[in-house]
Amino acid sequence: MPLLEAITGKRLWRGVHVPEHKEDTERLPIRRMPFAPLLVIPLSQHNGAPSIPIVHEGQEVVRGEPIAKAAGFMSIPMHAPATGRVQRIALAPGARGELGLAIYLAPYLSASQEILYGAPRDIADMTPAEIVQAVQDTGVVGLGGAAFPTHVKLKVPEGRTIDTVVVNGCECEPYLTTDHRIMLEQSAQVLHGTRVAMKALGAPRAVIGVEDNKMDAVAALRQANGSATDITVESVPARYPQGAEKMLVKVLLNREVPSAGLPSEVGLAVFNVATLAQIGDLLPRRGGLIERVITIAGPGVKKPGNFLVALGTPLRWALEQAACTDRVSSVVLGGPMMGAAVGSLDVPVTKGVSGILVLEDDHGPAHHNYIHPCIKCAACVDVCPMHLNPSRLGLLARKERYEEMETDFHLMDCFECGCCSYVCPSQIPLVQYFRISKQMNRERKARA
Amino acid sequence: MIMDFLIAAALMGGMGAILAVVLAIADRKFYVWEDPRINQVEALLPHANCGACGCAGCHAFAEKAVNGEISPGKCTVNSPEGIAAVAALLKVAAGSEEKRVARLACAGGTHVARQKAQYSGLESCRAAALVNGGGKGCSWGCLGLADCRRACDFNAIHMDAHGLPVVTESRCTACGDCVEACPKGLFSLHVVSHRLWVACRNLLQGDAAEAECEVACTACGRCAVDAPAGLISITNNLAVVDYSKNRLATQVPIERCPTGAIVWIDEKKGVVKGMEAKRITRKSPLPVALALLPVGAASEMKGSR
Repeated sequence: MPLLEAITGKRLWRGVHVPEHKEDTERLPIRRMPFAPLLVIPLSQHNGAPSIPIVHEGQEVVRGEPIAKAAGFMSIPMHAPATGRVQRIALAPGARGELGLAIYLAPYLSASQEILYGAPRDIADMTPAEIVQAVQDTGVVGLGGAAFPTHVKLKVPEGRTIDTVVVNGCECEPYLTTDHRIMLEQSAQVLHGTRVAMKALGAPRAVIGVEDNKMDAVAALRQANGSATDITVESVPARYPQGAEKMLVKVLLNREVPSAGLPSEVGLAVFNVATLAQIGDLLPRRGGLIERVITIAGPGVKKPGNFLVALGTPLRWALEQAACTDRVSSVVLGGPMMGAAVGSLDVPVTKGVSGILVLEDDHGPAHHNYIHPCIKCAACVDVCPMHLNPSRLGLLARKERYEEMETDFHLMDCFECGCCSYVCPSQIPLVQYFRISKQMNRERKARA
Repeated sequence: MIMDFLIAAALMGGMGAILAVVLAIADRKFYVWEDPRINQVEALLPHANCGACGCAGCHAFAEKAVNGEISPGKCTVNSPEGIAAVAALLKVAAGSEEKRVARLACAGGTHVARQKAQYSGLESCRAAALVNGGGKGCSWGCLGLADCRRACDFNAIHMDAHGLPVVTESRCTACGDCVEACPKGLFSLHVVSHRLWVACRNLLQGDAAEAECEVACTACGRCAVDAPAGLISITNNLAVVDYSKNRLATQVPIERCPTGAIVWIDEKKGVVKGMEAKRITRKSPLPVALALLPVGAASEMKGSR
């Protein structure tokens, strides 16, 4: 491949073409979802230390009011998604199957969706440090799915400079259309948020990368941007996993993030469009992140759509609004490639959930569960965007040689995009093997 | 013609002789004396290389035993006759070790524990635990996909009709492989005289615990009240036995347990539940609501590159 790249001068990379299935929802405007009778707000919706509750049982809270504070720099506060009463603070099921502390909030029957908490402020004169603090106060995390606290990324690491802010509008996962709708409907907020990020990081320019199957979004952003030259909007080929940070950076700027490194090492900071749209919207009015856009789609949904959902809405309520068929067999948070299946509909929508995919009985792998032997066809090697050797890694994982996978075969570079499992003709669950291997390595290091 | 053969034979023979001399000299020169008893002891060991004794395999154990750093009885896999033979060979005391076995802190088989969803990925507890914690209603419970059985080198674990691993105590050598294999950390090694056993790890209280599993510890505290002072305490909504006071243990604390979460593991009768533990008559598994797919497999469009 590198030879071909040298000859053609084109930046080719691997990955797969997956059917997009976006046609059901990409033209549907974002709609508000009514409040569920009980909202469950987990205190750990992000990477980092869980938030500390600052409300007590029975307390009355106003929509937008902080209800939990950050526990240190690698943490964020939480805000009340609706006006109502705190019912209790107790264990609740989370999306990863764990039980975690959560605030149960019962919205008042007459609660309005209008946000009455907060106050406008001028953000034009803020210093970078003030912006970082202000963003932490909004409780915004990476809304693409990683749920990494955004203010941490807005702080330039010691000894590095950021020259370009990369805005990720790819949304390469099938079915999901939230970023697409946000770019169309909230172009101004996206650009505003981008400028806030540029200011915090001291970056003179920004690039918004959008997959070329969303040219209407590119047009909308360009129109909103007008003649400004600090932000450029570029289309990139639609291909999975284009939305992966390292892939996008390579395609847009031909820079390569080093193995086990961060984009800041090559002078970049990457944000999701939805994250920046929230910052652009919340920062000027001292708001908190209390709702997000999610796509509810899939064969098991009669009325799919893009919904603005209050955080903490249980999946059961959200799915009722989208009218599920009676043959629903599984529910996946996120897209079909990297999303995580949930085992309970009592799990709430959290900050990191970008969509709910509902599958019916006859979809999914239950019918072909048999794992055939690896025939060394190298289909997985051809598609791995990180240029790893999934076939070899898979064989090592089966032999439980987990340490070797990490030291000799760069297991930690795998970001679990699922391309290898997707193309494997022997139906070897490679990504599952890798996730187990990573887990085993973590446990081994913890023991040592 | 015949000469060629003779030359070849002489050359090869000569070379062989020279190399033999070199080897003979090297053998004398670089000779390392090793206690012959190490190999004799090793021959008497079970060759499981399981590591239960804390040494890196049977040879390492034999070395330590010959040096007097470890008593022959520390090899829990060996038969009593084998231990006696090693002790006799080394002329040391056998050193009696109380037999230890692996015990599972879960009794929630498919007939009593609620499955919130059906997991349908790779047949492994490790894999299932990474997909929403596995399909089990109880976040702490056994997933029943037999990682421990596969990890056991001694065939001491089999899965029962309700998908729970059962340890055959006579075969268990306390090597600890199952302890490492279990993603929920449900196995632990205990000496067989630890007869009082809490077969549950659920940290929920009362009805919340019982809603997920009929044999869960509901933290009612009856066992703690009935037991001699300090033997059983309720910590984090779970009964915990303090085995440093094990000599006080009797069957009394299990009698009033409403769910049968705390049991007495009898030498002859096996697992004994209390008189007031509810009777479980169901044999068939409880029904399941949702299917759980592993990551990446949710795409029904598989195979089109």
